[in-house]
Amino acid sequence: MTNYSVEATGLNKSFGRRLIFNDLEFKFNKAGVYGISGPNGSGKSTLVKIIAGIIAPSKGKIIHNLDNKLIAEEQLHNYIGFVSPYLVLYEEFSTYENLNLFAEIRGVKFDKERIDYLLNKFLLFKRKDDLLKTYSSGMKQRVKFIFALMHSPQLIILDEPTSNLDDEGKNSVYELVKEEGEKNIVLIASNEKSDIELCSDIVYLERYKN
Amino acid sequence: MNSKSYSLFLKDFKSELRTRYAINALAMFIIVAISVILFSVGNEKISQSLTGGLFWVVIFFTAMSGLSRAFVSEEERGTALTLQLIAAPSTIFSGKLIFNIILVFAMNTVIAILYSVLFEAFVIQNFALFLTSFVFGNIGLAVSSTIIAAIIAKAGAKGTLYPVLSFPILLPLILTSVQLTLFAFDGISFERAKFELAIVVSYDVIMLTASYMLFDFIWKE
Amino acid sequence: MIWKIFLFLLLVFVSVAGIAFPIVENPQYWYEFPFIPGLGENAKIIFFHVPTAWLTVIGFLMSTIYSFKYLRKKNLDDDVKSYAAAQLGMVFCILATITGAVWAKFAWGSFWSWDPRQTSIFALLLIYGAWFALRSSIESEEKRATLSAVYSMIAFITVPFFIFIMPRIMTGLHPGSIPTNPNEEQVSPVINFKMNGNMQLIFFLSLIGFTILYFWMWQVGYKSMLLKEKLDKQLIRG
Repeated sequence: MTNYSVEATGLNKSFGRRLIFNDLEFKFNKAGVYGISGPNGSGKSTLVKIIAGIIAPSKGKIIHNLDNKLIAEEQLHNYIGFVSPYLVLYEEFSTYENLNLFAEIRGVKFDKERIDYLLNKFLLFKRKDDLLKTYSSGMKQRVKFIFALMHSPQLIILDEPTSNLDDEGKNSVYELVKEEGEKNIVLIASNEKSDIELCSDIVYLERYKN
Repeated sequence: MNSKSYSLFLKDFKSELRTRYAINALAMFIIVAISVILFSVGNEKISQSLTGGLFWVVIFFTAMSGLSRAFVSEEERGTALTLQLIAAPSTIFSGKLIFNIILVFAMNTVIAILYSVLFEAFVIQNFALFLTSFVFGNIGLAVSSTIIAAIIAKAGAKGTLYPVLSFPILLPLILTSVQLTLFAFDGISFERAKFELAIVVSYDVIMLTASYMLFDFIWKE
Repeated sequence: MIWKIFLFLLLVFVSVAGIAFPIVENPQYWYEFPFIPGLGENAKIIFFHVPTAWLTVIGFLMSTIYSFKYLRKKNLDDDVKSYAAAQLGMVFCILATITGAVWAKFAWGSFWSWDPRQTSIFALLLIYGAWFALRSSIESEEKRATLSAVYSMIAFITVPFFIFIMPRIMTGLHPGSIPTNPNEEQVSPVINFKMNGNMQLIFFLSLIGFTILYFWMWQVGYKSMLLKEKLDKQLIRG
C-alpha cells in the first residue's frame, strides 16, 4: 500500500486568454487506478502535464505528498512515471543505453533485475541492444512503459497508454495497470472505453469549463 | 554541478560522437570563416588591433553556428519532455553548460592555434594574461550562449535569431576580451589589465547567477 | 482634459523658447542663454535630444519592470504594458540616435564616431531590435510573454557593463564625459558644461513635458492594445 497522495486545489489553466479548465479539484490518496476523461481538446494532456510538474498551472496548485511530507518540486520527477504518445526517447541509442542513461541522470541505481523483468514483459528483451530508430512505433510505445516504470515510481501517469499498440500490447498494458494499481496510484488520461473501464474514480474535464 | 549533470553531459557527448552534428559544422565553419578573412586580407599586412578584433569575430560567429545545438536538438526531436521527466531544471542547465563550455574551449583553442600560424601579427607577448582572459572569456561566452540557446529553442526560431539575440548580451564581454587580447599582444602586465579582468570575471559570475535563476522560467512552460 | 491643454502649452513654450531664445556672451535678460565654449548655437539641442535619450532609458526601465512583474504574477496585462513601454522606448531611441548624430555632424564633424554614448545607444538599439525580433517569432501569447521577459532581464543586467567599459575602451567626445585618466589631456571639446538659471529651467520644463507626454502615450498604447485583444476575442466567439 502506498503512502503517496496527489491533490489538486482550485486548479485553473488558460493558454493566453483561452480557458482550458477552471476550479478543478480532486484528491487521490489510496492505491488504485484513476481516470481523466474528456473530449478531444478538453485539456487531458495539459492536466497530466501539470500533475507531472512539466507545465505550471495558471492558478491553484498540485500537492504531492509522501508519508504526509510535501515532495519538493526539484525532486518530483523521481516519484513519477509518465507515458504518452508525444514522449520521445533518444533514437541514436539502444533501449538498454537509453535506460542506463536515464538511471544515471536521475541519480538512481540501474536496477538490472527489474529492467530485465520489464523487458521480458513487453517482449523487447531480444532487441534491447538495437538502436531505437530501428523500432516500429508500437515497440517505441512499449519502451516508454519501461522508461516510466524502471525507477519504481509511486505515481504512474498514462496519457493515452494504448495508442499505437496491438491487442497483445494492450493486454500487457492492462495487466500491468492492474498490477501497479494494487500498490501505487495509476492515473489514466484517455477516451478509449476499454482504458476508462479500468478506473475506479474518474475526473470529467467537461465539468470544469467555467 | 553534480554527478547527475555530468551524466547528462556524457549523454550529450555520446550522442554527439554518434551524430557528429555540432562538431562537423563547427570545424567547417572555422575553416570557412578563416579562409574568407585570409582571402580578403590578401597580401596586405594587417595591424595587431585588427587581428585581435578579427580573432573575436571568428570566435563569435563560430559560437553562434554551433552552441544552440545543446537545446535546439532536444526541442526539435521532442526529447525536452523526456529530460523534464528525469531531471530538475538546474541539472539540465548544468549538463548543457558543461557541454557548451567544452565545445567553446575546443573550438577557441583551434581558432587560436590557426591564428598564430596564419597571421603574422598574432604574436602573444604576455602568454599568462592571454590564457587567463581566454579562460574567463570562454566561460562567459559559453554561459550567455547557453541561456540564449534555451530561449531560442523554446521560441522555435532556428538559426537567424540566435546571433541577433546573443550579440547585445555578448557585446560587453567581446569588447573587453578584444581589449585584453590586445594587451596580451603588447605584453602589458597583469597589474595594468586588472580592471578588464575584473569586468570579465564579474560578467561570468553575474551571467551564471542570472542564468540559473531565469532558466526555470524558460524551461517550465 | 485640463492637463492635456497644460501639456500642450508647456511643450509649445519649450519648443519656441528652446529654438528662438538667443545665445549671448553675457546673458542679461531672462530669455537669453549663455554661450558655452565649443558648443555655441549647437547647445540648443539639449532641450530636445536629452529628453529623448532620457525617455529611451525610462522606456527600457519600465519595460524591464513590467517584464519582472509578469514573471512573478503571470498576468498578461503586464506583458502588454511592457510591450507598450518598449515600443515607445524604441521610438525615442531612434529619435535620440538621429538627433545626436545630426548634432555630432556639426559639433564633431561626422555623424558617427563611436563615442561611448553613441556606442551605448547603439547597444540599446540592438537590444530593443533583438527583443522585438524575438517577440515576433513566437506565436503563443504566454510563451512570447515569458521568453521576452526573460530576455529583457538578461539584457538589463548587461547594461551596467556597458557603463563601466565604454569609457575605458573609447575616448569620450560627448559633453559631460569624464576623462578616463586624470593625467591625460581632455579630448572632449567641452570640458565644463554649465547652464545658467533660465537654461536650466527650460531644460527641466522640457524634461517634465516630455516625460508626461511619454506616460500619456504609454497609457493610450497599452489600453488600446488591451481593447484590441478584447475585441478580437469577441469576434472569435461570434
